[in-house]
Amino acid sequence: MGQPHEDPRGALVRPYAVTRGRTEPLRDIAIEAVLLTTPTGVQESRFAGHDKQRIAAVCDGRPQSLAEIAAYTRLPLGVARVLVADMVADGLLALHGAALSDVYEERMELLERVLSGLRRL
Amino acid sequence: MDFAGSKPRQTRRGGITSAKIVIAGGFGVGKTTMVGAVSEIEPLTTEAVMTAAGVGIDDPSKVPGKGTTTVAMDFGRITMAEDLILYLFGTPGQTRFWFMWDELIRGALGAAVLVDTRRITDAFAPLDYFENRGMPYLVALNCFDGAPRYDLDEVREALAIPQHVPLVLCDARQRDSVKHVLITVVEHSMMMLRAEHNRGEAAPVG
Repeated sequence: MGQPHEDPRGALVRPYAVTRGRTEPLRDIAIEAVLLTTPTGVQESRFAGHDKQRIAAVCDGRPQSLAEIAAYTRLPLGVARVLVADMVADGLLALHGAALSDVYEERMELLERVLSGLRRL
Repeated sequence: MDFAGSKPRQTRRGGITSAKIVIAGGFGVGKTTMVGAVSEIEPLTTEAVMTAAGVGIDDPSKVPGKGTTTVAMDFGRITMAEDLILYLFGTPGQTRFWFMWDELIRGALGAAVLVDTRRITDAFAPLDYFENRGMPYLVALNCFDGAPRYDLDEVREALAIPQHVPLVLCDARQRDSVKHVLITVVEHSMMMLRAEHNRGEAAPVG
């Protein structure tokens, strides 16, 4: 729409302002990995800043994936990932693994559980 | 995938396990409709902002006046048990966002490539993608009202779908039809995994 020329660096940095410019999370978290607010998180997330407090509220008492956290808080996925990784490191959120096992029996067991879950739908 | 070995093993016992299936296909083919047909929540949208990290793949300097690109993905959720959640992720429609597809398929149980018979060539890029990644996938032909009906063998030939890849008809709006597609995805993944195991090979993805 004929916008004036913007500083591209500004446009690149802006989404990550809430992480103080950090774009690399402390640990990789899968988009479908599930998080649950810990008792510590319930007590202390309000001291951790607005966005982390919102994330703790989203995952309080109901497991939510990284994707859901990003969607409900309207944060870009990469930003949500940095904040969530911080919160896991600080004990505010518990990370429940996405199923990444490469052990044959465990993978098969998971597929079987998902299959019977789908059949029950 | 490359990430599997370097990752610390995440807790499974006593925790909640989540899994995902990817719904791929061209723009407007009905991916979100398909997700919504079985999801317990209204499909949600999550946005990824492509920053400098993605420059090598899709150079933003070539898009005048645009420093970042936002990629939207729709997804849904099926809570199967207290400790098991299945997520369904739709891929971004524009196939130039391959970097996002890589993230989406990492650790996925399998994928369905949704095809619109009115724009059958839109399926070429997604099919190539999955074929090259060794990810178990199937092809689901979305039967829109008024869309030309093709013989499944004709479609398989037109799209050069390998014989081992299941090809099914579906109606992305119908819960039972989508359920059937997802069941077929998982059954196909089990078959592929079993075959690989019997050949003594490592698992392909995850």
